[in-house]
Amino acid sequence: MTGGIYRPEEDGAILSLVNVYKTFPVRKSFFSTENLRVRAVDGVSLTVPPGKTLGLVGESGCGKTTLARLAIRLLDPDAGAIRFDGKEITRMEGEALRVTRRQMQIVFQDPYSSLNPRMKVSDIVGEGWLVHGLARGKELRERAERLLVRVGLPADAGGKYPHEFSGGQRQRIGIARAIALSPKLVVADEPVSALDVSVQAQILNLLRDLQEEYGMAYLFVSHDLRVIRHVSDDVAVMYLGKLMETGPAAELFHEPLHPYTRSLLSAVPMLGDAPSERIVLSGEIPSPISPPPGCRFHTRCFMAEKVCEEVCPLLRSIAPGRYAACHFV
Amino acid sequence: MAETLLDVRGLRLSFATEKGSVRALFGVSFSVAPGETVGLVGESGCGKTVTALAVLRLLQSPPAIVESGEIVFRGEDLLALPEKRMCGVRGKSISMIFQEPMSSLNPVLTVGEQVAEVFTAHNVCGKREAAERAVEWLRKVHMPDPSLRAREYPHQMSGGMRQRAMIAMALALTPSLLIADEPSTALDVTIQAQILSLLRELRERERMAVLLITHDLGVVHDFADRTAIMYLGRIVEIAPTRELFADPIHPYTQGLLASLPGKRTGEKRLPSIPGTVPDLSNVPPGCPFADRCPFRREALSRFLAREVPADPLAVCDREDPPLYEYSGGHFAACHHQRTVRGGGAR
Repeated sequence: MTGGIYRPEEDGAILSLVNVYKTFPVRKSFFSTENLRVRAVDGVSLTVPPGKTLGLVGESGCGKTTLARLAIRLLDPDAGAIRFDGKEITRMEGEALRVTRRQMQIVFQDPYSSLNPRMKVSDIVGEGWLVHGLARGKELRERAERLLVRVGLPADAGGKYPHEFSGGQRQRIGIARAIALSPKLVVADEPVSALDVSVQAQILNLLRDLQEEYGMAYLFVSHDLRVIRHVSDDVAVMYLGKLMETGPAAELFHEPLHPYTRSLLSAVPMLGDAPSERIVLSGEIPSPISPPPGCRFHTRCFMAEKVCEEVCPLLRSIAPGRYAACHFV
Repeated sequence: MAETLLDVRGLRLSFATEKGSVRALFGVSFSVAPGETVGLVGESGCGKTVTALAVLRLLQSPPAIVESGEIVFRGEDLLALPEKRMCGVRGKSISMIFQEPMSSLNPVLTVGEQVAEVFTAHNVCGKREAAERAVEWLRKVHMPDPSLRAREYPHQMSGGMRQRAMIAMALALTPSLLIADEPSTALDVTIQAQILSLLRELRERERMAVLLITHDLGVVHDFADRTAIMYLGRIVEIAPTRELFADPIHPYTQGLLASLPGKRTGEKRLPSIPGTVPDLSNVPPGCPFADRCPFRREALSRFLAREVPADPLAVCDREDPPLYEYSGGHFAACHHQRTVRGGGAR
């Protein structure tokens, strides 16, 4: 079935996005009346199977964080559909959305600004239980304590405040908060980017153990290809609001198809058996306010030809399970 | 080594704080040969940036106090130099680029003016010629439209372009040593590759030595001739880069390399270093890595289980190990490895 256009395999998926768009208004200056919009996510489809990890990788401004937030309805899409656990949640509101949200949680990048400094750790971790009426008071504190121990914090951590912990420990608190409601999907937005290497490995191991224990799916967003390779079952590569390539991690890292993926992999030293060719892209990432016509990548691509400036390539099947948006792959 | 450009010997440095004196460097020694690239690697707070700033005497004193040690550059001890002569060294013989180009460029001067200032400040030439040379240097660092960009301000540029401008400033007087403090860390992967390839090109063309400071083992792997690993204000291992990666000796280096994700796919768990880096204000006596060290931990648990009559590594808690030499130019500071592998003292 090579040659076909990418369609998210929605059967049994915990999360699927179908042709999702999101733009943000920007004003060039305070007095400007020009109506400009950043096309942050520009027609993206993807799926996350239950219990698996989809790694979403891309450089700053490519729209990966916007996409992650759309996935759990922290942002509303302009167009497209979002399905979670078999239900359409694109326009879901009120009580129904609140109930659904129990099943999807997020871990943020910055363990310093994502925890309320005035709340005790047990209250931060247990807030979800309180909101959904699952535990309160003494029971909440006891459950929080068990959970904190599970994520590798001392048992008395619940009574302290976030500032009393190191970066790695705070990220453990953020993870405890995310898994408190036993969600089916956790969006992890650059969860280890702010951490030192030796601490990073501890947190990656914790995330892996928790996934095995609780069976949740991860949508794991990162700019770090080494981390993405380590955590992902499948990988999606984004560039300027569009998916360039998606496929199983092992195959994508062994033999990247899209020229952008190839240059990304070659830019990271010591990526195991990745090809050792060194491709240094010329130029800068264009602005998502006025992305180049045709293929988004053609201004920096070493394979670009005339057609790339005119026709935007669709994400199409190259080999079973592997898709790339390039005219020449 | 036949020739040395920079020789840092036993540098001990501390900061005066409200809670008393905190030592940041515990006798750091390393050398850089002309044209050589040495990588200084470590996690945050290990003292790598302090070492670099100390070499250029850019630390404010007080609070920073050099307790002992020498920083010999081309046969002269920089620490003994009067400030006026030090100004002649900075920017001319040794220059530095910083991690965050936005905060280290002057926002109210154009990029061209800032590069030109390097020439006028060191009385190399007049204003008009300096401006021309500035544009020429912007061209050398592959700035797009150099004469146009020279008239722009830092905020009008992308991160990659700002870093190029910084590099132009640093290299304008063709220094013999460039200190690069995390030059590519704040940049995107593909831009990072551009900057490193630019530095590689200029390093060769200008034959300059580079002291590269980074937390990224991947960057030194591809870029440095020799690599030093720092932990808690000490160099715990230093070796030719290839050798360091092929046969790391210090348990901290071993742990760091093992905990790097993404070396292969399908790896379940990463071997991680237990615990966290101790606080500098509360450094344990003995080996700084002892309480996280797998060798030390195992020895202790065997002793406590009475498998062995005496604690074989009790020395780790007592004595801070010096760097022992193993094979040519490969040094590591570890009591355990010394008994196992038999290194000689430096």
